[in-house]
Amino acid sequence: MGVQYKTVMMKPSDNVAIALMDLPKGAVVPVVCEGHQQEVQLVQDIRFGHKFAVKPIEAGAEILKYGEIIGRASSEISMGEHVHVHNLEGIRGRGDKVESRVQ
Amino acid sequence: MNLEYSNQLLGYRRPDGKVGVRNHVLILPTITCATQAAKQITELVQGTVSFIHQHGCAQVGEDYDQTFRTYVGMGLNPNVYGVVVLGLGCETHQARSVAGEIAKSGKPVEVVSIQDNGGTLMTIAQGAKVAAKMVQDASAQRREPFDFSELIVGTECGGSDACSGLSANPAVGVVSDLVVEAGGTAILAETTELIGAEHLLAKRAVNDQVAKRVYEVIEQMENRAILMGVDIRTGNPSPGNIEGGLSSLEEKSLGASNKSGTTPLQELINYAEPPSQKGLVWMDTPGHDIEQLTGMVAGGAQVVLFTSGRGTPTGSPIAPVIKISTNTAMFENMSDNMDLNAGTIIEGEETIGEVGQRIFEEIKEVSSGKLTKSEILKQHDFGIWRIGPTF
Repeated sequence: MGVQYKTVMMKPSDNVAIALMDLPKGAVVPVVCEGHQQEVQLVQDIRFGHKFAVKPIEAGAEILKYGEIIGRASSEISMGEHVHVHNLEGIRGRGDKVESRVQ
Repeated sequence: MNLEYSNQLLGYRRPDGKVGVRNHVLILPTITCATQAAKQITELVQGTVSFIHQHGCAQVGEDYDQTFRTYVGMGLNPNVYGVVVLGLGCETHQARSVAGEIAKSGKPVEVVSIQDNGGTLMTIAQGAKVAAKMVQDASAQRREPFDFSELIVGTECGGSDACSGLSANPAVGVVSDLVVEAGGTAILAETTELIGAEHLLAKRAVNDQVAKRVYEVIEQMENRAILMGVDIRTGNPSPGNIEGGLSSLEEKSLGASNKSGTTPLQELINYAEPPSQKGLVWMDTPGHDIEQLTGMVAGGAQVVLFTSGRGTPTGSPIAPVIKISTNTAMFENMSDNMDLNAGTIIEGEETIGEVGQRIFEEIKEVSSGKLTKSEILKQHDFGIWRIGPTF
């Protein structure tokens, strides 16, 4: 008997899903959301509560969760890869991105 | 009466008509120099509470006003029977002015000043003397029935993880809807942690002015980070949020906004300001847990719901804080501090609606006298959102 891997995807338009348990590298996990159904092979361990890509994401592309933008890919992300601060950057509140600051 | 089958609550009616769910005598220091004497009084006199802070002097303009409003709001909160306002004597936030505002509610208010009393020891003696009388008077008051139309419930999330947006926050959203449906008021706050979700809330505003205010307070908050030239992510999400799986402020915000439920947004109020409408109200506060909590309690919230994924001891000196865990592992690990578990949603053992109902029942119990963990552990947190420099 295989382990029942638990994940959740919030909206069908999302390009990430969330691990609801610690998921091991290589596992093929089910991702189901409102009629959308697929399997994703994980390319690395994904810890409980962390995100993985359910489709390839180009560098600079928007990352969607809850059907809303949660940031942008700071590098190319392949399907099954961990999505977190190393490859997802926030878009809002980015004072470090403002060229000429108000003095 | 079995509270489970009714929405009737039991509280303490105040002279201004409001109803408290606790009956504290508050020793309110308007200046940091008076906080130690205030603490000593609470050790001498049962039934009194106080808090430590570092404010009340050399403040100007809107920053002065906000701190003043916070002190007055703490005294006016219906969970407070009466107030001993403790001052040094020479501070900008004069004990007498704060006491004057609180006294308008008809509550018992006394002023004790360290300089007028000739030092710390006489101040403690005088403060304890007036507090002891107040506590005995308070103890003679009995709880009486009231309903949700007189209850303000603050909502908050802190130490969030990726489960926050899946379990506890949506469950609190259900509670927010239940409170509003029962005629009460639910406060949504932490403007910082709504950056990225403002369009969803603006759509729910009752009119264009409220929608416009939503975008204004978000812009002001976001601009504070931009003017500092920093990525807001250096401070929010916090290291614990990131460890828990949250990658950006927007992601955290979209999870946090779930606490607001589905009802229309009635108004947007300033920090520590009492709501003028019933229903869902947004208070403009930072994401900092204690500053947000203090703002909502000073705005009149009698009970606060606080969701956490990482776990937190947070409590208020005057308002019960019901702390709800987003995951079962943390609930078991931090059982000293957490009141309810919403991790059952993650495990598929309960639905969001069932947990929401369970939290709603707990509000009734707590509002009628059941103590929360942070009250039992005397977690008397207090922090003012300062919006200007100290001079």
